[in-house]
Amino acid sequence: MTTQTLTFVMMDAPYESARTATTLRLIDCALDKGHNVNVFAYEGAVALAFTRQDKHANKVHGREVAEEDHPLPKEWIAGLIAKAKSKGLKLDWINCGLCVDERGVQEAVEGTRRGSPADLWAWTGQSACTLVSGTKA
Amino acid sequence: MSDIMLIESRSMLDSPHVRENFQLAGDLARAGNRVTLFLIENGVLAARQSAAGLPSLANLTVLADAFSLRERAIRPDELNSTIKPSSLDPIVDAMAAGHKVTWF
Repeated sequence: MTTQTLTFVMMDAPYESARTATTLRLIDCALDKGHNVNVFAYEGAVALAFTRQDKHANKVHGREVAEEDHPLPKEWIAGLIAKAKSKGLKLDWINCGLCVDERGVQEAVEGTRRGSPADLWAWTGQSACTLVSGTKA
Repeated sequence: MSDIMLIESRSMLDSPHVRENFQLAGDLARAGNRVTLFLIENGVLAARQSAAGLPSLANLTVLADAFSLRERAIRPDELNSTIKPSSLDPIVDAMAAGHKVTWF
């Protein structure tokens, strides 16, 4: 198996679409197979890596914060970054800067960075394939 | 002849365009391309024996995400006999091979 670079493009905000989980599963699979990965997050997806996401209790079901253990996308992203590092692979996660500014989500998981569509344009030429996870129509 | 993978994550109840996308998959296969239709999320609902809408599968490979099937309590024996449960590996492999991969 030859190591390739694969690019994924995401735009859905946290908790809004199953596509987010599917795309993260694909990224995880790509890393497991030994590929380098680029992720361009724009629009609502720039909030996926926002470090100020927080867990909450579930009073309806009688669960306090710890027991509810609410899933946080920032932890999934941090996990993927750690996996890439442990395998000696590159996971380059860019949040579109203008989209970050619009939403005020500047604080992002370590290992992600700010960028622009110019980065995505460059990646498309450098990758074996670019897969766009568009917003569900 | 091209290698094409089309990913459908919606059911026909989610969008009227899903049927058109299935038709596109069949047309591309009849035109001589090597086409894989990968059903995921609600797209796996079309993989059931009782479902209608998939194009002729004669020249098409159709896979259904095993995780999505389990989420929806669809057993392998409830699938159309020519559709196989699958991991996500074929999608990543297609991308790595430089195939044309599109997610509707």
